[in-house]
Amino acid sequence: MNAMNFKGTDVVSIRDLSRKQIEHVMDLAEELVPYASGEKRTRVMDGKILANLFFEPSTRTRLSFESAMVRLGGRFIEIAQPQNSSIVKGETLADTIRMVDGYSDAIVLRHPHEGAARLAAKYSSKPVINAGDGAGQHPTQTILDLFTIRQQAGGIAGKKIVLVGDLKYGRTAHSLAEALGMFGADLTFVAPPVLQMPKDTISQLEKSGISPHLSSDLAEEVSDADVLYITRIQRERFPDPAEYNKVAGSYRVDRSLLRDAKKNLAILHPLPRVDEISPEVDNTENAKYFQQAFNGVPVRMALILLLLGGDL
Amino acid sequence: MKEFRVTPIRNGTVIDHIDCGQALKVLRIIGINDSVQYTVSVLLHVPSKKDGWKDIIKVEDRELDAKEVDKISLIAPHATINIIRDFNVAEKFTVKMPEVAKGIVKCGNPNCITNMNEPVETEFVIESKDPTVLRCLYCDRIQENVADRLV
Repeated sequence: MNAMNFKGTDVVSIRDLSRKQIEHVMDLAEELVPYASGEKRTRVMDGKILANLFFEPSTRTRLSFESAMVRLGGRFIEIAQPQNSSIVKGETLADTIRMVDGYSDAIVLRHPHEGAARLAAKYSSKPVINAGDGAGQHPTQTILDLFTIRQQAGGIAGKKIVLVGDLKYGRTAHSLAEALGMFGADLTFVAPPVLQMPKDTISQLEKSGISPHLSSDLAEEVSDADVLYITRIQRERFPDPAEYNKVAGSYRVDRSLLRDAKKNLAILHPLPRVDEISPEVDNTENAKYFQQAFNGVPVRMALILLLLGGDL
Repeated sequence: MKEFRVTPIRNGTVIDHIDCGQALKVLRIIGINDSVQYTVSVLLHVPSKKDGWKDIIKVEDRELDAKEVDKISLIAPHATINIIRDFNVAEKFTVKMPEVAKGIVKCGNPNCITNMNEPVETEFVIESKDPTVLRCLYCDRIQENVADRLV
């Protein structure tokens, strides 16, 4: 992808974007917030069609892409229930993409297999946005997380950002950690040893000059944190339910944990949550996860605008 | 008179400086099986002037294609290929690992889109040549045991 010229290109992996390009997307997203909330109106995407292909269930990502396109004055077509499409007849993804390519101006794809978006990008002449491929990449989630951190903490460089939960298997955590490293954040990874951040992600960070701090004690790390980013610990990772309950319990965020926290600590979560964050936290100033979910709209609007071209 | 372990060949290919222990895998790459109609000589664990020990393969009346050479480069990066015509070395070169390995390795991630029924050739970026480290261009996974998954 060339400098700031995004038009016609694909967003498959966060690694496809430079720091400058990500900053450019975030700056534009900031401008788009009043449009995303409906306060201001635009028809810049009038006559354009976004194809939303969701071969796996999704709530936030799908709805926020739809909302983003509609807020920009464009329209969308979708496959939201693949069981009703020709996929069940055994059509390859390559064929589906070449067909949809003729019906739309850009394609958003969520697929259960890793590498699906890269394949789609190969077969499509229109821009492809990866909305999650199996356990692989989900770059728009990473950008909206960065955007929310920058917005809530007043910047990223030098801020103490604590990532908590399943850091081993959670795809969100790996790409976010790498991106935060690129922006010079002060990173702390809190997880039980069996779910700690994989070694290759850590060595990747070390190569870019970041030495993350590893811990298993959430309470100790919260006191001077600027951002607490929580991911879900999945029950199925533990053969013994008692062990799961013990681990999950020790990483639950509630009001008592926040007693010694900084006043402006921002708590984020990619959602859906199960019981990692107690509902009593929702009413505190620190709860920013619904704001984070909203931010999916301006960030995706910015990407659509950059990939399809157009001025506000 | 010099004593040959294996006599010179009139026409064919000598694959020399194969990393010790890799010769049988190279045989698999070049498709040597019961049905071939030419002579194949294999020398295992031969002293090498360059680097300790090596394997050598001589294939009579057969030259290699570019894909076979690329595959050999992934498991025996120091191998040299000598093309013999009428007892003379007509061409000699060291294998060169490509920057991108296309269609010669299967991805080790069972959930990778290239392992589904899609009309696509696998592609791997060579991240390191020594040791050989490949990353799938599609699913982004680092590949181990490449020799077992050569196409």
